[in-house]
Amino acid sequence: MDGVHDMGGMDGFGKVEPEPNEPVFHHRWESRVLAMSRALGVFRAWTIDTSRHAIELMAPSMYLTRPYYEKWFLRNQNLLIERGLIDADEVAAGHALRPAKNPTRGPFTVTDIERVTKRGSYSRPAPGPARFKAGDRVRTKNIHPTTHTRLPRYARDRVGMVERLHGAHVFPDSVSTGKGEDPQWLYTVRFDAQELWGADADPKLKVSIEAFEPYLEYA
Amino acid sequence: MAEHDHDHDEGSHLTEMDLRVRALETILVEKGYIETAALDRIVELYETKIGPHIGAQLIAKAWSDAGFRQALLEDASIAAQKFAEVGRVGDHLIAVENTPQVHNMVVCTLCSCYPTDVLGLPPAWYKSFPYRSRTVKNPRSVLADFGVTLPEESEIRVWDSTAETRYLVLPMRPAGTEGWSEAQLANLITRDCMIGAGLPRKPGEVA
Repeated sequence: MDGVHDMGGMDGFGKVEPEPNEPVFHHRWESRVLAMSRALGVFRAWTIDTSRHAIELMAPSMYLTRPYYEKWFLRNQNLLIERGLIDADEVAAGHALRPAKNPTRGPFTVTDIERVTKRGSYSRPAPGPARFKAGDRVRTKNIHPTTHTRLPRYARDRVGMVERLHGAHVFPDSVSTGKGEDPQWLYTVRFDAQELWGADADPKLKVSIEAFEPYLEYA
Repeated sequence: MAEHDHDHDEGSHLTEMDLRVRALETILVEKGYIETAALDRIVELYETKIGPHIGAQLIAKAWSDAGFRQALLEDASIAAQKFAEVGRVGDHLIAVENTPQVHNMVVCTLCSCYPTDVLGLPPAWYKSFPYRSRTVKNPRSVLADFGVTLPEESEIRVWDSTAETRYLVLPMRPAGTEGWSEAQLANLITRDCMIGAGLPRKPGEVA
C-alpha cells in the first residue's frame, strides 16, 4: 500500500537526533510490549509481514504521532482480538473473562525463550531457477498494490543492477494476504542515486533494495 | 529530560500506557498464554545480554584475523554463531566492508529492520522518521547530524533492508592500533559505526 510508512526520500522530518547513552527501553511499559511481542511469536498466530501490515494500516495521523512501542501494543492487541485469542470485552475489563479458546497454545515459558530471541529463517526451497543473475540490468515494476508490499515507492519503475542473489524467501506480498508463503527469489538490486532522485542527486551515492523476483523485469 | 528518565514518574499519557499494557499482560497470563517470568527474562536478555558488544567482538576479530574477516564477509550468520550469547544468530546476516573508497550505511525505510541478533534492539534514532526518510536520498546530511564528515570523493553505499536479510557494517580499522588485542579493539567499535552512521573511535579517544 502507498502508505505514510513508506518514507524513503521524504523531506521535512528534521534532524536525526542520536541520544547519548540511550537506555534499551525508555519506559517499563515499552519493555513489556517488546517481550509480549516476542512471546506471542511462538503461537504463530500471525506472520512478521502480517504484523508489519497491521501497523501500516493505522491511520497516518496515528502512525506519525504515536510512540513506536505504542504502535506495537495496539498492533498486538488488535491482532489478538482479530485472531480470537482474546476478546474486546476482556480488554475493557482488564482481565480474562473466559478460558482460552485453544488451550493447546501456551503457556509461553522461560524454556521457549531461545526460540524467540533468535530471528527465524525465511529461506525456502526455490520454486525454480532464478530468472536474473548478478550483473543483470533490471527495471523495478511500477506497481501500487493496496495490500502489503516491500517494494518502496522511491524504487519503483527504476533501472538498477542485480548485485547479489539470496536464494528464495517467503514472499511478503503473498503471505500477508493469505496466499501462503509463495517463495520467490530475492536479490539485492543497486541503483545510482541519479536514477532514483534525478540529475541533482549525489553522484557518489548508490542505494540498494532487497527485491523479490516478482518486483523485477529485464531493463 | 524527564521524558527519558528511566524511572516510573511518568506523565499522564504514559501512566495510561502502563495501565493498558499491564491489562493486556494480565489477560494473556490469565488465559494461560504466557508466564510473567518469561517476559521478565526476555526484557533482561535485551537489557543485559543481546547488544552491540556482540557485534563489536565480531568486528574486532575480523580486524585481527584475516581468515575470520573472510568468513564474516562470506557468511556472517555462520561466522557470528559462537559470539551470540543466547541461542544463535539467525539466518541472513550479511556483513559489508567499508574501504577507503566506499562507506556503507544501513537503513530500513519501510519499518525498523535491524541486525538485532548482533546489535540488540535498535536505538530510537534508527527507527525515527528523519533517519528513515533521508538516508536513501541525502546520507551525507544524515552523517552530518552525527558529526561525521566523509571525504567528498568517498562513495556512499546505502543498504535499504526491505526483506529479511540484515546488514552489518564492517568499519575500517583505525590507524595506530597495531598490536592491539581484540578486547582493546572492541572498545573502539561503537554501535553507530556498525550501522554506518558513525566511524570507530580513534585510539586517542578511549581511556
